Amino acid sequence: MRGFLVKRLLQSLILLLIVSVIGFAVLNLFPGGPLAQYALDSSMTQDDLMRLKEQLGLNRPLYVQYLDWAFRLVQGDWGHSFRDRAPVLSVIGRHLWATFLLMGSSTILAVGVGAWIGIRSATHRGSLFDHAATIGAMVALSIPTFWFGLVGIYVFTLRLGWLPAGNMYTVGDESILDYLHHLIMPSAVLALVHVAIWSRYMRSATLDVIHQDFVNTARAKGLSERRILMKHVVGNALLPMITLAGIQLPSVLTGALVTETVFTWPGMGRLFLDSLGYSDYPVVMGLLMFSAVLVIVSNLLADITVALVDPRIRLA
Amino acid sequence: MTDTINARPGYSRRDALRLTGAGGLATFVAPHVLGGAAFAQGNAKAPKGRVVVGVSQEPTTFNPLMVHGETDDAVIFSVFDALIRIDAQGVMQPNLAVEVPSQANGGISKDGLVWRVRLRDDVKWHDGTPFTAEDVKYTLELIVSPKFRAWRTGGHSLVRDLKVVSPTEITWRMESAFAPYLAFLAETFIVPRHILEKEADPNITAFGQAPIGTGAFKWGQRVPGDRIELVANPNYFGQGPFISQLVFKYVPDMTVLYTQFQSGDVDLVDQAYITADHYEEAKKLPGRTVDLEAASGIEGIFFNLERPQFKELAVRKALYAALDRKSIIDSIYYGVGTVTETFMPPQSYYHDRTLPVQDFNLNAARKILDDAGWVPGADGIRAKGGVRLSFANSTTSGNHLREQMQQYMQQIFREIGVEMTISNLPPAVMWGDFWQKSQFDSGLSGVTFLIASDPDVTNRFASTSSLAKGGQGSNVMQYSNPKVDELLKQGRSTFDQEERRKIYAQVQRIIREELPFLPVFAYTVILGRKSKLDGFKFNPNVRTASWNAAAWSWKG
Repeated sequence: MRGFLVKRLLQSLILLLIVSVIGFAVLNLFPGGPLAQYALDSSMTQDDLMRLKEQLGLNRPLYVQYLDWAFRLVQGDWGHSFRDRAPVLSVIGRHLWATFLLMGSSTILAVGVGAWIGIRSATHRGSLFDHAATIGAMVALSIPTFWFGLVGIYVFTLRLGWLPAGNMYTVGDESILDYLHHLIMPSAVLALVHVAIWSRYMRSATLDVIHQDFVNTARAKGLSERRILMKHVVGNALLPMITLAGIQLPSVLTGALVTETVFTWPGMGRLFLDSLGYSDYPVVMGLLMFSAVLVIVSNLLADITVALVDPRIRLA
Repeated sequence: MTDTINARPGYSRRDALRLTGAGGLATFVAPHVLGGAAFAQGNAKAPKGRVVVGVSQEPTTFNPLMVHGETDDAVIFSVFDALIRIDAQGVMQPNLAVEVPSQANGGISKDGLVWRVRLRDDVKWHDGTPFTAEDVKYTLELIVSPKFRAWRTGGHSLVRDLKVVSPTEITWRMESAFAPYLAFLAETFIVPRHILEKEADPNITAFGQAPIGTGAFKWGQRVPGDRIELVANPNYFGQGPFISQLVFKYVPDMTVLYTQFQSGDVDLVDQAYITADHYEEAKKLPGRTVDLEAASGIEGIFFNLERPQFKELAVRKALYAALDRKSIIDSIYYGVGTVTETFMPPQSYYHDRTLPVQDFNLNAARKILDDAGWVPGADGIRAKGGVRLSFANSTTSGNHLREQMQQYMQQIFREIGVEMTISNLPPAVMWGDFWQKSQFDSGLSGVTFLIASDPDVTNRFASTSSLAKGGQGSNVMQYSNPKVDELLKQGRSTFDQEERRKIYAQVQRIIREELPFLPVFAYTVILGRKSKLDGFKFNPNVRTASWNAAAWSWKG
């Protein structure tokens, strides 16, 4: 186990280095840059722009800028946002909670509903329910979230008046109930796609297990169908889901770009879009490193969890 | 919606006390009626209610001297004050100064070199410290400090010998007479010395995230990615504020912003306003006032005058005559936009209304080209002296309205024997060197010609302002006319507004005759607000619709 961890750690460091170099290069090679937005502003003269470029250190060679950034990062200094000049980690921290709330609630919804649909489809293979679930999943996967969001706002806000049009809370209210009220629509819209994915995976995983020998054995022992399903089928079908969850976990925190935009949700996805739009290099690089670390950690967690749950697997 | 919710806490305590004071009579009268009346008489200034302003970009810069965009102005105008302000008619009004310095009142010397500003003595920073001339001195010095990332140093870099005469009077000398400086001062918000001078690095400060100003509203809090909350400053020296809370809500998507206006979550749609495709529907919304307001940008076709096709005035004239601007506005821009003949915004004090109006006339366009000797070749495209009348037009790719306009131009120019190709680029490329260093044939762009609403357009039309010709500035057309250069020089050193109006009328006339660019329309914004919002006024001379939030109140 220790050998495995050391090996993984070394791999991760190399991976982070590669990610940061590529990220930095791509970001800087794209034409424009942090000052491009002011180039059309008639009140900023060429002199002003040149002066700002120098003050921000953007006129240095690219490799110097990278090394400077990397050395500071190693020392724990993630830099300051170009936009509001706040430390990058605190910028990320301030958006984390909103995304966590949205993605957490929608994931719970998606996993719960998705697993139920998947198992039921598998056990009732070829039934009306199975066909409806298949078609439903295809529809949910092929229609953009943006559209679902706008339709939701049209129906539930403008027509019925049941739910708010977006935002995380009503300014001035901010009670738990108010949060929940605002959470319903974005969470459900976001869950829609994930339900589709989870139900498909769960269905095929259950089908794999359902015809295995040990299930037949269990049945031969005279166990009830319900017990077979709960104890033997579901337990085993959920195993590959742990790996899937590991892959999905980073997306929980990096956020849902589209949903956060439609519902004006102040989370990480929108922070990323905005920072990219303004070429706020320190924040974009910060987000990149942050999500790279998340990917590594959650994959590691998934591997360890699978090893702990499944005695057949050994980490070395 | 939000106003009614907030009316409750706004009135309860104080009015309850009043009711008790009014004695027995009060018990027979519906409390809210009396409450409202007593409120209005007793203390006209007690602010009440909340206004939520929707903006499509997130305000992030609150130090008004640092580089910032239009959306930050929305917040800055409420938290800070400048020495003077520009009103909706384009007239300067005193703000922190007691009078607008002029040559008439002795605030500016006859040669325009010595300035003296008298300040109010009743102004306090939000933390209670008195505002004095030392703050003004500190502000003007900080802007030109080499380690400070100032927004713009134009004009400020000419200031010398800043002297605090008394806490309410400051003087300085200008390196050269520069009339636009008055307008620049209207966008130079004064920052507190006693807070900023303690900072080691003026660029990264706590002040930048929790500013302290002298304005009608005090800093409340910022929820990043979501909103900024300001609260009423009860000790404001000016009129107002009449609302207790001012919220700037960031809604990144324009369609969603409109939806939130529709649902009532947003009381007023500020920058980037309501999109034209929603105008017809927005007009019919109950309880909302939706107006068209002339803004300061001009959409135009810009020529690279060094290209052989465009060197001859006849060509530019013919293209102008062939441009059916009315149809472009009505059929492409949903009828939102105003036909104009000049770079000067329609609402500007300096706008010349007597300029000749160009009619759409294809035959006249053909005749102009025929007379100038441009003869159609075998392919129908005109040529003269080996130059084919063919050019490319460029703009930001993905801007659908502009792309439709280009297709329209392409067709209509073909009718008079001119070939136009479309070559669009992503924004960062389009507005980079390609545009600034005049590497295009012709470009389609929305341009605000004025800086801080001052009529000086040296940056755009002076022969020394072309980067391609080794100058400094944004004269991307490479336009050059000694007469215009002379007039612009004169305008910069003339302080009398009437005199300046005459000078810039001449500039407008010459530009109209020589057509270095073709004005397609003056931008019009669609401003939506709740009808119950009182005291709102649009000001085309500033970059935000929330410039006078101090005057806002809720009706009823």
